[in-house]
Amino acid sequence: MSERRQEPSSHSKRVAVGRAGLHFMLLVLAGVTLVPFVWLLLASLKTPEDFAGSLFFPRNAEGAIDLGRFTFTNYERLFTEVGLGNALLNSVFLASAAAVLATVCCAAAGYALAHFRFKGRIPLSLVLIATVVIPPTLLLAPLYKLLFDLSLLDTYTGLLLPGLAPAFGIILFRQAMLQGVPTALLEAGRIDGCSEWGLFVDVAMPLVRPMVGAFMMITFLAMWNNFITPQIVLQSQEKYPLAVAVAQLRGLYQQEYGMMMAGTVVAVAPVAALFLWFQRDFIAGLTSGAVKG
Amino acid sequence: MSRLTPRIAPYAFLAPAIVVTLVFTLYPLAQSMVLSGEQTYGPAATRWVGLDNFARLLDDPLFWTAVRNTTVYSLASLFIQLPLAFGLAMLLDRPSLRGRNVYRAIFFVPQLMGLAFAAVLGALAFEKRAGLVNIALHWLVAKCTGNALGWDLDFPWLQSHIMPTLIVISLWMYVGYNMVFFLAALQNVDRSLTEAAMIDGAGPLTRLRHVTLPAVRPVAVFVVLLSLTGSFQLFELPYILLDESGGPRNGGLTIVMYLYQRGFQQGDLGYASAIGWVLGVGLIGLALAMTPLLWRRTGE
Repeated sequence: MSERRQEPSSHSKRVAVGRAGLHFMLLVLAGVTLVPFVWLLLASLKTPEDFAGSLFFPRNAEGAIDLGRFTFTNYERLFTEVGLGNALLNSVFLASAAAVLATVCCAAAGYALAHFRFKGRIPLSLVLIATVVIPPTLLLAPLYKLLFDLSLLDTYTGLLLPGLAPAFGIILFRQAMLQGVPTALLEAGRIDGCSEWGLFVDVAMPLVRPMVGAFMMITFLAMWNNFITPQIVLQSQEKYPLAVAVAQLRGLYQQEYGMMMAGTVVAVAPVAALFLWFQRDFIAGLTSGAVKG
Repeated sequence: MSRLTPRIAPYAFLAPAIVVTLVFTLYPLAQSMVLSGEQTYGPAATRWVGLDNFARLLDDPLFWTAVRNTTVYSLASLFIQLPLAFGLAMLLDRPSLRGRNVYRAIFFVPQLMGLAFAAVLGALAFEKRAGLVNIALHWLVAKCTGNALGWDLDFPWLQSHIMPTLIVISLWMYVGYNMVFFLAALQNVDRSLTEAAMIDGAGPLTRLRHVTLPAVRPVAVFVVLLSLTGSFQLFELPYILLDESGGPRNGGLTIVMYLYQRGFQQGDLGYASAIGWVLGVGLIGLALAMTPLLWRRTGE
């Protein structure tokens, strides 16, 4: 990064040159990172002819940039011809349900492991936490058979239930409950006659709010972006979430790139907005497991 | 709901997680052992074949192609992606740097895009003629050499350079993601130790080796493990990019893609389970081998 220069005229000058070089490098990298998104967004607003004829902004016959050639036709067609609106609603429902249910499930389990001494605590902790090493792809085939046996194939129950108690969620919440909820506070609550359920909901949960927010974001995003599980579990077109529906556009509109681009924008824009809104919490939660090394 | 006593409350709080883990993780795990000894046609028709699936797997050239491709991809993530992520974290670690939160957010953003969506975008960006990548290459070469060399820059990425395509897309997606972990790890570096080393005349490389790297090691081990287990289970990206096939000469076939083909396209859940076990045992072995490295410094 800061390369050594022979005989610098002054220290401050060298620092300034180094800083300019650093910013230049970072700006180039940021550009490389963002250009695909710009290309995606602009292409989703172009007709097939303009897609072939221009990289970013459409041009008219004289070769000048003509913003009037942008069109929403691709989006209109996606919502009328393919019913992508339906897939969007499916994704919103599935991701929200997964986020809320997994958070409640993992928070309750983490709370119990952190703040109660009970018979079987050690073996139960070990079993719940050890499952974190099982690679999810190992379970694909037997899970499919199990869902078939339970008649849960092609249902949202079959898609949501298996992911409700991820081991890493239980680990994160156990840690958060240990650090964020003082035992004395729970004892005081019990003496004041607070119910056990009330202690969990009104005392413990508010104290681990940052973790609740971060974990909800992570599980929301994981379900929103999940492709392989809905691809295996769901069979009817009208139940598909965006990940499966947008991937199908590749077969449906082979030469109409704008349609695929517009579908991808519909799928990515909501989570990008969500991220910008909750950015700080999200990154904090993501790394909270790692910094305790 | 009747009132919970402190005696039964923990069991009530744990019940949903225990039931879900038992039914949807531990039972399928046991079931997959049974399945790996069966030949199936769909979920209902099965025939016991013992260890035949594993024997057939060892002689299956497609499986070994998948293993080779997946290993190449995983090693590339390890040796290209992670050093880049660490370097980027080092650059962004200085508190005095202006706009560093903006940079961090920008580098992180591609990770939000699921692999399935990145694959749809990638299929278009790496298209031979109209794709962003080849057009950018044309532009760059024209700027630098004035196009005097007459190179053919219409690379057929998806037809004959599948591995580089997968590696570039995953660089774009995951360098910023791993950078976030390294940035968090760099918080563990003791500034006074760095300064003391500087006063003692230690150069940047010596400081990196003796002060920075030991401090970030636990997180680095964690990131390496996360990255390897993720790469070895790569599926969506090549599956969608290559239109549900392994691509020309199966150059993009990964282990999980092959598992999917055998189990869900051809209906042999038994053979798929055998593939799953070979992969799973490998990954769990890797995790167990690396765990001691992870905990060794927690005494501090």
